[in-house]
Amino acid sequence: MSDQATARATAPSGSPPQAKTTSFLSAMEVDVRFLGMLGALAVIWIGFDLLSGGTFLTPRNLWNLSVQTASVAVMATGMVLVIVTRNIDLSVGSVLGVTGMIMAVVQSSYLTPMLGFDHPLVWILTLVIGIMAGAIIGGAQGYVIAYLGVPAFIVTLGGLLVWRGAAWWVASGKTIPLTDNNFKLIGGGAEGAIGATWSWAIAAVACVLIALAAFHARRQRQRFRFPLKPVWAEVSTVAVGITAVVAATMVVNSYTLPPVLARRYAEANAIPLPADGSALSIPFGYAVPVLLAIGIGIAMTFVATRTRFGRYVFAIGGNPEAAELAGINTRRVTMMIFALMGALAAIGAAISTARLTSATNAQGTLDELYTIAAAVIGGTSLAGGAGTIAGAMLGALVMQSLQSGMVLLGLDTPLQNIVVGIVLVIAVWLDTMYRKRIR
Amino acid sequence: MAQNTGTPLVEMRDISISFGGIKAVDHVTVDLYPGEVVGLLGHNGAGKSTLIKILSGAYKADAGSIFVNGQKAEIATPRDAKSYGIETIYQTLALADNVDAAANLFLGRELLSPWGTLDDVAMEAATRQVMGRLNPNFRKFKEPVKALSGGQRQSVAIARAIHFNAKILIMDEPTAALGPQETAQVGELIKQLKAEGIGIFLISHDLHDVFDLADRVSVMKNGKLVGSARTTDVSQDDVLGMIILGKCPPGATRGPGAISEKELAAVGAHL
Repeated sequence: MSDQATARATAPSGSPPQAKTTSFLSAMEVDVRFLGMLGALAVIWIGFDLLSGGTFLTPRNLWNLSVQTASVAVMATGMVLVIVTRNIDLSVGSVLGVTGMIMAVVQSSYLTPMLGFDHPLVWILTLVIGIMAGAIIGGAQGYVIAYLGVPAFIVTLGGLLVWRGAAWWVASGKTIPLTDNNFKLIGGGAEGAIGATWSWAIAAVACVLIALAAFHARRQRQRFRFPLKPVWAEVSTVAVGITAVVAATMVVNSYTLPPVLARRYAEANAIPLPADGSALSIPFGYAVPVLLAIGIGIAMTFVATRTRFGRYVFAIGGNPEAAELAGINTRRVTMMIFALMGALAAIGAAISTARLTSATNAQGTLDELYTIAAAVIGGTSLAGGAGTIAGAMLGALVMQSLQSGMVLLGLDTPLQNIVVGIVLVIAVWLDTMYRKRIR
Repeated sequence: MAQNTGTPLVEMRDISISFGGIKAVDHVTVDLYPGEVVGLLGHNGAGKSTLIKILSGAYKADAGSIFVNGQKAEIATPRDAKSYGIETIYQTLALADNVDAAANLFLGRELLSPWGTLDDVAMEAATRQVMGRLNPNFRKFKEPVKALSGGQRQSVAIARAIHFNAKILIMDEPTAALGPQETAQVGELIKQLKAEGIGIFLISHDLHDVFDLADRVSVMKNGKLVGSARTTDVSQDDVLGMIILGKCPPGATRGPGAISEKELAAVGAHL
């Protein structure tokens, strides 16, 4: 042991670092904060399950939970970048409202009449137009913040009113129903789930990717002869990931269509009914919005950690002046962050509009607060410079779990709001304590 | 000692900048030759850092011009300055505290993999190499730089400035956060860079340091240049007189900020 210590002390820093003898957790290279959040989620889930007499941890409830979380989770990934750069976006709920309305109007008044009922281009164009509208709205707000120097708080507070008003104005206060059935799949529901076979296919791909990612990381480190994780740690990290994927797939596949829908589905797809007259079991599988949210989470994690843009976002958050002096065009980056946030709000709008199968005036009301809360509970620091996409998505899941758990228990809305508010404050307080400890 | 003939590496001519009516830099002219160290001296608030920030692109001068190798240079942003080979070590270090040493070293000039993504492993390897030369005891490559000591942070800032083949180096109080041993190390580094033909502007409060390392000094007071002198032509006391009183000794070239004999006499009467 002492030999090893001296060897480490005398090695010049230019040489590859020496392998360290460390604890289990650091060998696994696990984020302790993320682990803590998973623990909190487990406590919430088990607690609600006990209180509700076993109705919380059912495939049906968990499946619904995943679908309900999707929209806010998508927006939370963008909110992380906004908050990391010491900004805030209070307008996301209203931007969701207006882009949802734009998509519904464009689809029902222009695209469907032009292209025909359920034409495959309709849903694609609707989505593209919505995302572009969101990016333009966000980019416009970002321009005012970055180039005209108006604080983000004020610009987006104004945006909260402007875009809510615009949504009202676009549809003259009406509720606009969606016309395209393909677009509605984005919202989930019995139609918008991919079924057992495809769910297993996606699970298999995910497992392979997890293993490949670990392998690639190891090869990269070998290239420069950096210390490697012990093989057992590598293997167990991959095993944990694969187990989680398999478990989630089993859960969504054990939620089956109600008998009436199942029969209709079987008739539509020419599946023979069981001869003995027992109920037909057709699993839901993963919901489309959940897959969309996970895909966006992965893409945003990639953007945040593997690209220049992401590096600049964090550098600006850590020290805006230093970023500027290093030659980073901080204004342009700030504007792009808000444009990205607008685009993500539009994707959130697509999910929630498709889920309700229509766009309403009140859609997305208070979503800005849930989105910010999700990011902050997920470990994004309001002081800037720190936050992870995965944490924010987990934060969204925590918020939604609390909410749907309280619905299951039959708590009134005012009481739900009180609990959510208190939990938010406590979560941030715990995080502050944790940060002070690790200093 | 460098022979100051031919074209200077940098010449800042008649530079002025004011902030809200206060002339922080008032018609200052300084120059720098290859392989030369020029010490910039003056009290706090004399305008040294402001002058240097104009050269590094952080501020834009209200009047005056900058010449690099005799060519007029337009420096509006830090990026422009870097494109002329001007690198700066700021007094505040200007590090992003929340990312690691490699990310700071390559901030704004990241190495990319063939797919256009950040090549973190290559950047870390390069960082290990530079840091191994600068500060062999440096080991915290994975931690965000806020977890580093003052000296370690300083060496990251220095590494960033010298890694990209600077021709002109600006060091604003490079030893402010360092212990004696590390200060000596920085002194060695300056001599080494000088031998490589790099021109260095050195801003420091420590007169001894400046006399040890600099070939010439320029003294500023209240935003104006008091005068410039070769360190061989003046004594430390002469330079102190320049800094405190604005009195230009015989061995120095007089600047617009130097006080006249009459004013000096008046000051003397008060003392």
